[in-house]
Amino acid sequence: MFIINCPFCGERDQSEFKAGGEAHIERPKQPTELNDEEWAEYLFMRKNIKGIQFERWNHAHGCRKWFNMLRDTSNDEIKLIYKMGEKSPIE
Amino acid sequence: MKNKYSIFSLIKNAFSYHENWQKAWKDPAPKKEYDAVIVGGGGHGLATAYYLAKKHNMINIAVVEKNWIGGGNTGRNTTIIRSNYLWDASAGLYDHALKIWEGLSQELNYNIMFSQRGVMNLAHNLQDVRDLKRRTHANRLNGIDAYYLSTEEVKKFCPIINTSSNIRYPVLGGTLQKRAGTARHDAVAWGYARGADEMGVDIIQNCEVKGIKRNGDEVEGLETTKGFIKTKKIGVVAAGHSSVLANMAGLRLPLESKPLQALVSEPVKPIIDTVVMSNAVHAYVSQSDKGELVIGAGTDDYISYSQKGSHQIVEGTLNAILELYPIFSRMRMLRQWGGIVDICPDASPILSKTSIKGLYFNCGWGTGGFKATPGSGDLFAHTIANDEPHKLNAAFNLNRFVSGDLVDEHGAAAVAH
Repeated sequence: MFIINCPFCGERDQSEFKAGGEAHIERPKQPTELNDEEWAEYLFMRKNIKGIQFERWNHAHGCRKWFNMLRDTSNDEIKLIYKMGEKSPIE
Repeated sequence: MKNKYSIFSLIKNAFSYHENWQKAWKDPAPKKEYDAVIVGGGGHGLATAYYLAKKHNMINIAVVEKNWIGGGNTGRNTTIIRSNYLWDASAGLYDHALKIWEGLSQELNYNIMFSQRGVMNLAHNLQDVRDLKRRTHANRLNGIDAYYLSTEEVKKFCPIINTSSNIRYPVLGGTLQKRAGTARHDAVAWGYARGADEMGVDIIQNCEVKGIKRNGDEVEGLETTKGFIKTKKIGVVAAGHSSVLANMAGLRLPLESKPLQALVSEPVKPIIDTVVMSNAVHAYVSQSDKGELVIGAGTDDYISYSQKGSHQIVEGTLNAILELYPIFSRMRMLRQWGGIVDICPDASPILSKTSIKGLYFNCGWGTGGFKATPGSGDLFAHTIANDEPHKLNAAFNLNRFVSGDLVDEHGAAAVAH
């Protein structure tokens, strides 16, 4: 269990939040032009990294806003939290 | 040649204070080259090696395991075995496994303590009732034993369940698969290891794979902590770490690895002689032969490889257990742990060839891989040996995420994922 620092509400218990999976997966700009492989890539394929990973989280039982997180999945340590729409600070 | 385990060998070894038992498997150093290497020495990996040797005559093979065999999810699950899945493809796959379970102790000459004590799934709302009835019919059409039980029949089968209509999630009915049950998880890994070792398979422990070497679009071998191992066929059976291995080979998988928790209580006298699973409130309970209640909780929703999980998940499961079984209210929990489960978008496994020649993946079992161990090993061995899937695992290919031909077992599999 960990404490998450919601960029809108401050530090709250993890149980108030919902994980939204890998971040920065862009919806295809021209969906009609995608073939099946490209759709599979967008819909299903995930990095599922062991280590530092970009994620989306939602303060589901709080302000209900989405934000991004940089987290180490090997030990659950949160490295960085930044708002939705902001460019990821580390590429 | 291995000594056969029997009552006579037990008596004979008793005279030497059980100090002279033969080693169940050797501890060899890796050879330079193998015909095939299985990555992951859990139940599925060891079963794969066993059937490769036994049914496909592939003796020059190895299993590499980064820790000790059976130390991952094989030793972390709640040992439930059943085959009451909704879809035809899943029913075929899991019932194939169940049929092998039924004769496995004899085949391996290793007591895996397979116990067909029945698995009951509870319904707590009208939609559960409809889903479970539908699944019962589907199971019967596939030749799988399934019964629908009324609330009274649930109470009769497992008298300690609180069937009062005044609880938050009342028991409205349930299903029962009588051939289902449990087995001793460690023994499954050890039995397969012993069997594979006897046929000449090298089981290499404390050997972590660090890289998968490719030559164009075919595999050449594995970089490991015990040096380079040359091979033309690699079967990856790494459960929660499948994506890590896939990334080494430059392959993309549709998996997310998440913590799944379980816990056991202090041992008590026999009180529950079956397995009861409840999807809606997410609580599974059975009792081990030692007397501990074995309780399965739910998965966390975030990706993690930490083999821990959130406290609120355990708390929620125990709340549900206490409402359904008030008799357990003063029991103390002894141990709690987490395992990392690799979950597919359709909650069905992948037993498949890949776009890379000689690279095979057996993964995506999510929260329910243990029950499939023998079938998974058998079918994956077939896939590796023939470079083609068996008809029972053809539907569980990696290409289904492109074609859209998913085997959607979310919820339908009688368990919430």
